[in-house]
Amino acid sequence: MEPFERLEARALPMRGANIDTDRILPSRFMQKPRADGFGRYFFHDLRFDAVGAERPDYIVNNPAHRDARILIAGENFGCGSSREQAVYAVFDYGFRAVVAPSFGDIFYANALKNGLLPVVLPGMEIEALFAACEADPSTRLAIDLQNLRVSRSGQPDLPFAIDDFNRQLLLTGQDEIAFTLGLADEISTFEELRRAHSAWL
Amino acid sequence: MAPSLTLFDKVWNDHVVTQRGDGQTLLYVDRLYVADDILPDVFPSVLDRGVPMRRPERSFGTPDHYIPTTKRRFDADDDAERRGMVETLERTAARTGMTLFGLDDPRQGIVHVMGPEQGLTLPGSTIVCADSHTSTHGAFGAFAFGIGFSELSHVVATQSLWQRRPGTMRIRIEGTLSPGVCAKDLILAIIGRIGVGGAAGHVIEYAGGAIARMSMEGRMTVCNMSIEAGARGGMIAPDETTIAYLADRPFAPKGVLFDKAAAAWRRLASDPQARFDREVALDASALSPMVTWGTTPEDAIGIDELVPDPDLIVDLVRREHARRALAYMGLSPGMRLSGLPVDCVFIGSCTNGRIEDLREAAAVIAGRKVVVPSFVVPGSGLVKRQAEAEGLDRIFKEAGFAWREAGCSMCIAINGDAVPAGQRCAATTNRNFVNRQGPGARTHLLSPAMAASAAVNGCLTDIRQQPAPRSFAWSA
Ligand code: SF4
Repeated sequence: MEPFERLEARALPMRGANIDTDRILPSRFMQKPRADGFGRYFFHDLRFDAVGAERPDYIVNNPAHRDARILIAGENFGCGSSREQAVYAVFDYGFRAVVAPSFGDIFYANALKNGLLPVVLPGMEIEALFAACEADPSTRLAIDLQNLRVSRSGQPDLPFAIDDFNRQLLLTGQDEIAFTLGLADEISTFEELRRAHSAWL
Repeated sequence: MAPSLTLFDKVWNDHVVTQRGDGQTLLYVDRLYVADDILPDVFPSVLDRGVPMRRPERSFGTPDHYIPTTKRRFDADDDAERRGMVETLERTAARTGMTLFGLDDPRQGIVHVMGPEQGLTLPGSTIVCADSHTSTHGAFGAFAFGIGFSELSHVVATQSLWQRRPGTMRIRIEGTLSPGVCAKDLILAIIGRIGVGGAAGHVIEYAGGAIARMSMEGRMTVCNMSIEAGARGGMIAPDETTIAYLADRPFAPKGVLFDKAAAAWRRLASDPQARFDREVALDASALSPMVTWGTTPEDAIGIDELVPDPDLIVDLVRREHARRALAYMGLSPGMRLSGLPVDCVFIGSCTNGRIEDLREAAAVIAGRKVVVPSFVVPGSGLVKRQAEAEGLDRIFKEAGFAWREAGCSMCIAINGDAVPAGQRCAATTNRNFVNRQGPGARTHLLSPAMAASAAVNGCLTDIRQQPAPRSFAWSA
């Protein structure tokens, strides 16, 4: 996974609560090969009309937001289906962080494991970010994972929280499996205990 | 004095392998279910590193999402990508040694129907699957939840997962469901009340008299849709109904061991003094049959209520959502859903593809004819067999329903079965998202009886005003 330390970039303000993963990555593209990239399917049915032409009025197609690498979203972003391909789509399209008041639990976990930083900020602050990026699409945000801050010029820094271990993994780009494999003995001990007291499991 | 614990606390505490300084717990996984929607590189990402699957004997796979429902095989001219997904599952099973109920096996079915049916889903266990409706299995008092591919890889390698302890939420449902109102209506009403993010970060325990009187099928329907309220899981304490369901299931313990297990299962119920982070109460007797009008499961109203008027919604985000949803659904503010013509009907899915669901639907249509294209897709090969043994297939076929092979089918519309663009479908599924049942499809979620009634009337109806079903005793 690609390490994440600090990112300074433009942001795409995507309003609307409860944006589900069926919308982020429509189910009919779920079986596509990962190697070919999922960026082209990112919000596919909102970006393109029935004949495949771009819908100019959709925010993602606004040229002013084309090079955004931070997605600002409404509450409960990524709810619904557990498909990790939704995270692939956000990541492959070019985003490295999503900032929202809340996330679907599974989307949040999936994002962490793919180097896509999910940042939770209070709704009031998200509203201010929406307003700033809509008023001036060239607004740049900086996200610092070392110091857990979101900043933009002329404004006080916004602190955010993330589990420390996940933060370390993101910073180094490692995955958890190697770490947990180091605990194989603990897992074996647990399995033996369980066999003794819950033999039916 | 021992501390008072919730059902969830007891299951969680029983699976803690170790804890990490940042508050995350390594949770042991008793069962991994695997469907055919796993991308080909997921298992190899672990196995190719020389890391074997730790516990293949705890894993069970079955194809469901990509398989045709008109036959039990792929032919040369079938879609190569779909076939490839099913072959990936077959390859994965062969490589790891996990158990597979393949297309040629009558036990094949939707993974969330297969697990309980086989007695693999047991009280007090932890169950994961790369599918959000894994919450279904919580009906047995298991902690069951959906995961992504990365977490799946972690389970393959370590039979465990790092998790932060979720909050607990109890939804108590007292009172008796009225005739014509069932488990599906109850869960739609709950989601309508608390919202699609209403249980985020929490595990729901469903409790109260209406749940205690409910069959296992009904409980599975309720727990299945917990994810539609954003919950980490949904659980119901095991009781005599649960234990009776599990007796004699193929993979359930047998003899003395079953008795020992059952004794342990009876101790799982939340202690009387247990505290929940949140409590919600609902009166079952006040509920009507429910139907969704919009594009999230929380957009649910009683069939006797009016579609909301966005102009009257104060919250701006919700107002905008309602406006778009009504436009997508082709509905107008303040209209009645009862009498709204539908173009097709789908009965099936992991929410309502079980034998009891098919019985309820068959009871409504017996002796009548469908007036729009209507489909029944049983949740598993065994559900299909059982329905045929009971003669339900004849009732459906004589009424003009298509009687299909088991699978997910038109719930997610990636196997070739889809609702045509712009058409309105009365569906017993769990998601009415934009384009979910096919590009442009308009989905109304409802119960099996309500779907069956829509099929024979050609429109949404209030099941309570239909002729009494021939052979079905309405019960809570
Ligand atoms: S029936 Fe629908 S919701 Fe259930 S597992 Fe299949 S696709 Fe998912």
